[in-house]
Amino acid sequence: MSLRSNILDLRKRKREVQKGGGDKAIEKQAKMGKLTARERVLALLDKNSFHEYDLFVEHSAKDFGMDSKVLHGDGVIIGTGTIYSKPVCIFAQDFTVAGGSLGLMHARKITKIMDHALKMRVPLIGINDSGGARIQEGVNSLAGYGEIFFRNTLASGVIPQISVILGPCAGGAVYSPALTDFVFVVENISKMFITGPSVIKSVLGEEISMEELGGARVHAELTGNAHFFATSELECFEQIKKLISYIPRNNGGKAMPFPPKSPKKGKKIEDIVPADARIPYDMRDIIKTITDSSEFFEVMELFAPNIIIGFGRMEGDTVGFVANQPMVLAGVLDTDSSDKAGRFIRYCDAFNIPIVTLEDLPGYLPGVDQEHAGVIRHGAKILYAYSEATVPKVTVILRKAYGGGYIAMNSRHLRADFVFAWPTAEIAVMGPEGAANIVFRKEISEAENPEEVRQQKIQEYKEKFANPYVAAAQGYIDEVIEPKETRGRILHALQVSQNKSVFLPNKKHGIPPF
Amino acid sequence: MAEEKEFKNLVIQGAVYKTTFTWKFENRVNWEAPNPNLIYSFIPGTIIDIFVKPKQKVKEGETLLLLEAMKMQNQVRMPFDGEIVKIHISKNEIIPKKFLMLEIKPAR
Repeated sequence: MSLRSNILDLRKRKREVQKGGGDKAIEKQAKMGKLTARERVLALLDKNSFHEYDLFVEHSAKDFGMDSKVLHGDGVIIGTGTIYSKPVCIFAQDFTVAGGSLGLMHARKITKIMDHALKMRVPLIGINDSGGARIQEGVNSLAGYGEIFFRNTLASGVIPQISVILGPCAGGAVYSPALTDFVFVVENISKMFITGPSVIKSVLGEEISMEELGGARVHAELTGNAHFFATSELECFEQIKKLISYIPRNNGGKAMPFPPKSPKKGKKIEDIVPADARIPYDMRDIIKTITDSSEFFEVMELFAPNIIIGFGRMEGDTVGFVANQPMVLAGVLDTDSSDKAGRFIRYCDAFNIPIVTLEDLPGYLPGVDQEHAGVIRHGAKILYAYSEATVPKVTVILRKAYGGGYIAMNSRHLRADFVFAWPTAEIAVMGPEGAANIVFRKEISEAENPEEVRQQKIQEYKEKFANPYVAAAQGYIDEVIEPKETRGRILHALQVSQNKSVFLPNKKHGIPPF
Repeated sequence: MAEEKEFKNLVIQGAVYKTTFTWKFENRVNWEAPNPNLIYSFIPGTIIDIFVKPKQKVKEGETLLLLEAMKMQNQVRMPFDGEIVKIHISKNEIIPKKFLMLEIKPAR
């Protein structure tokens, strides 16, 4: 036999295996509006950059007639490639092969590429499209999941881990995405739940569709399990590429720098914010007056929109933004928004991304539902995350900074490096209305015209305390600045913080309130 | 502001803020003090049997009915000495969670 025939044989084998579950299964996949695993990998990575491994791996099950079955690649594609010419490790479950079910060899392929990613310190992208555990493989299948979860945890905070849900991801399988940094979902395609609609119906009698139970919108809006929501797979891949451009490849470096650009000329920053602290505006408009090219890449846009988190660039470098949104629920902190911001702060801290905090909030949201939902322990997450973070931290107080909210939003007391306030800032234990009612309770109740006295006392309190100068007099804020100076001040603050080094007490790890 | 009409009022510590609400906030469950005289289902399920009748006097701890859920038969017991006022369920009925099953009143 000549070498030539060996090569031809290899090509033939490859062609066969690369077809995954075969034409019929591929047709079915297309009918569900889904790309195949291979199409997905090729669409996401740079052209001609994908290199596959373990193509010829076969499953190892023997029971239930599995020994006579051929499962190409055991239902998962693994490999390396590049995005924006920077290396990534990737795996994609192939639903056309036994429903992408996870057996021992399937899991071994995934853990192999995870080990590579961690060793080489490059991002890991996992595309999930699987019916779940391969029942025929029994406990080996469970072992596979466990090995994946362990590696997710080990790699957490070392390399970026991205999960893309492009099909069902049910039962134990959901915990791998839940352990990763960012979860991407696509409308009508992603489905995530621990127990499916049929079990819920038989056990509890509650009827619900898959989409209503664990569809993309549910996880993007209600549960907060998903960070990015798209209406098509291709839009989803664009989001992933954009995210990759903003974050560093591992915790040992910085995100790739872009050419510095000025914000676009638009509305003046001081014209966006109404002077009356009770009238809302869109905080995203403020962020866009600060970032390069006025670009802002929002994370978890639909979940707890009363706080805004996301990435922007300043003079070419990535910055993480955490900002109250007066447009929704007056920008209050609550269980969900604390959880959302707390995790994002820890992400930025783990990956050397400086944090800019824009503050305008009336405090924590009152309500029995909030108290009973654990706003104490959830709210504590944001305090913990800010206190613990050692990346450069800059705060700008635009208007309201009341009570616990003032402390939580990266105050000096939690070791903000720089705190600036606009002249419209109101830094106080509570708003003038609430404070006047308490401080002047007696005067108000004993007055002949209580309402008149109340208004008078509110005004008095406003003039005395609802301003930035009381806090400035204590040095709690570093400078009262004009709104138009905001970008320049933040930039300078980040510049001088570049070599920031902080020494924390030695510990194995803290015990954050999660 | 032209769009001001769309805003809702949120009162926090005496101040009225103009803002918008989230779906979650608008659909939050309002707190109601529990009424000890109303017995609700704590889980959706099927009524397997009812052992009491209206106006019957019942001692604390006596089993009132069986509610089957998640393949388990749960005994619903009388929380105090008292009397059955009204029964809102029937045998073999499938009921959701937080469904009013019985009205009772304490003795004396």
